[in-house]
Amino acid sequence: MRYVFKTSHDQDIDLLRHKSDWGWYAALIALLAAAPALLPAYYVGELAFVFVLAIASVGLMLLTGFTGLVSLGHGAFLLIGAYIEAHALRAGLPLPVSLALATLGTGAVGILLGLPALRLTGLYLAIATLAFSGIVEHLFAHWKFLSAGETFLTVPNPRLGGVRFGSGPGYYYLALALLAGTVLVCLNLLRSPTGRAFIALRDSPIAAETLGVALARTKTMAFALSAAIGGLAGALYAHKISTLTAESFNVLLSLELLMMVVVGGLGSIKGAVLGAVFLGLLDPAIARFKDYLPPAIGAQSGLQLALYGLILVFFVLFEPLGLAGRWAKIKAYFQAFPIYRRAMFKRTKAYMTSERMR
Amino acid sequence: MSLLRVENLSLWFGGVRAVDGVSFAVEKGEVFTIIGPNGAGKTTVINMISRLLAPRGGAIEFDGRDLLSVPAHGVIGRGIARTFQNLELFEHATVMQNLLLGRHAHRTTGLVSELLFLPRVRAAEREHRERVETVIDFLDLHRHRDSMVAGLPYGVRKIVELGRALAAAPRLLLLDEPAAGLNPEETEDLAFWIEDMVADLGITILMVEHDLALVNEVSDRVLVMNQGQAIAHGAPAEVQRDPKVIEAYLGA
Ligand SMILES: Nc1ncnc2c1ncn2[C@@H]1O[C@H](COP(=O)(O)OP(=O)(O)OP(=O)(O)O)[C@@H](O)[C@H]1O
Ligand SMILES: [Mg+2]
Repeated sequence: MRYVFKTSHDQDIDLLRHKSDWGWYAALIALLAAAPALLPAYYVGELAFVFVLAIASVGLMLLTGFTGLVSLGHGAFLLIGAYIEAHALRAGLPLPVSLALATLGTGAVGILLGLPALRLTGLYLAIATLAFSGIVEHLFAHWKFLSAGETFLTVPNPRLGGVRFGSGPGYYYLALALLAGTVLVCLNLLRSPTGRAFIALRDSPIAAETLGVALARTKTMAFALSAAIGGLAGALYAHKISTLTAESFNVLLSLELLMMVVVGGLGSIKGAVLGAVFLGLLDPAIARFKDYLPPAIGAQSGLQLALYGLILVFFVLFEPLGLAGRWAKIKAYFQAFPIYRRAMFKRTKAYMTSERMR
Repeated sequence: MSLLRVENLSLWFGGVRAVDGVSFAVEKGEVFTIIGPNGAGKTTVINMISRLLAPRGGAIEFDGRDLLSVPAHGVIGRGIARTFQNLELFEHATVMQNLLLGRHAHRTTGLVSELLFLPRVRAAEREHRERVETVIDFLDLHRHRDSMVAGLPYGVRKIVELGRALAAAPRLLLLDEPAAGLNPEETEDLAFWIEDMVADLGITILMVEHDLALVNEVSDRVLVMNQGQAIAHGAPAEVQRDPKVIEAYLGA
């Protein structure tokens, strides 16, 4: 274990607590920045897509992991962001404007969805968001006004200062920069009163209220922020698939996003990113292993969904803190070596409401 | 003028008259304790003062102003903080974060400046932490500052919840059974803290408590409730000699 002798409040406020962390994160950024020069174009594209998923995952983490509101329809926000991006670019607006519109526009839709959510929690909220995403998908598939009358809406490849940002290295750096920005903004929020209010809402709405947290306002804010980030991810997603159909944003995408935050570890921004990386690796892995399975299993269309379900159950049962929790344990193991004890991370008994003393 | 005035307050749950026409007034700088057998309606009174429950009838005034027009999240802004009988802590957050949430009503920054973590957000955070540090000193919580609440023993959690309410720098503190589940040493500490809060921090305390030794030690006045009604009222020793009170306790 590493103990830090604290001499100022800034040591608690700063995002990086140890000097050595700076080195690690600088090295990671440098490596990612150099990736387009080192990797084949295909992998650069895949990596950029993982960044896009990670942005969406961080957005959902804010809502589900920190505010405790489960959304099973987050794909709909990506859909809305993607269509705003496509329409804005087709109307000739420059990329920064289209991205801003996708973010803010989707955030506004998030507020609308937040309104019914004020009265719902848990499973009911999950079902309501699922229904919402179904409605949105249906609207965009059938309402000509939204899809410009086309089943396949092509997304222009925007050019800014001679660089194309819809594909290749331009897209990669754009996604990386926006992911870094999103993570930073969310971490900032979480070390401020509003972020703490989200956590308060998740753990005890009653106590939060008596401490001055306006529940309705805070919930709506969480929805709006999460949706806005989803919209931004959707705008980037649009460039990845380059022709939009509403079906690209079906419930499977929403489920994938939810899986990222659960597998990554609820209540951790790092977990949200790790979860996206995990899923980014999982999909190609499933595709590859399909070939080795007996045809009777490998050819089943529900294989992917079934595997997702299994992984979710595994994490909920055996690794409730997700990859981020596992990471913390491994780190602690090496820091404490050789005095690590098995019991160090034994789950302590939690007081359930029913067994609390009167 | 009394700091808190409760007038003819009542609340029924279906056929149960949980609180039935209760009136009392809490003076500035005193420790006012409500006692009574289980189910007497004590917690319900506290819940109505913190606006978590709307009374069926009656009035509540704090500092001369109507409290019933304030929403639940506005009560702390008036200067009333509370703890809960069954602990309502933010379990998956650190003690520090819990205490900082006690400062929520004093926040000065908005969403956009927080997203960017502008210098004034940092300055405000420093000040909140400065205030929280005084609470940590007062309650001797140094050891647990960075611990997750979920892993703490019951006694420490009770103190963290008290600290969270104190961090809000309230004028009136509502304590619902603060000594329940504490061992004798912890209860002794609590008695000292209550006296210091009143004497040094200028806080007025309205408390619900079953531990009569503690009640006698710290209370200035006691209100006895039974089946939703106030049945006696006065100095601790005097109230406990009241035949109605003895009957309520033995009959319960
Ligand atoms: N939300 C509720 N719905 C229905 N009945 C309730 C509710 N809350 C309390 N009651 C009932 O109101 C009565 C008073 O309850 P209250 O919790 O105020 O008692 P108390 O004096 O705090 O008791 P204790 O010492 O056990 O905490 C009890 O009969 C209780 O069952
Ligand atoms: Mg009670």
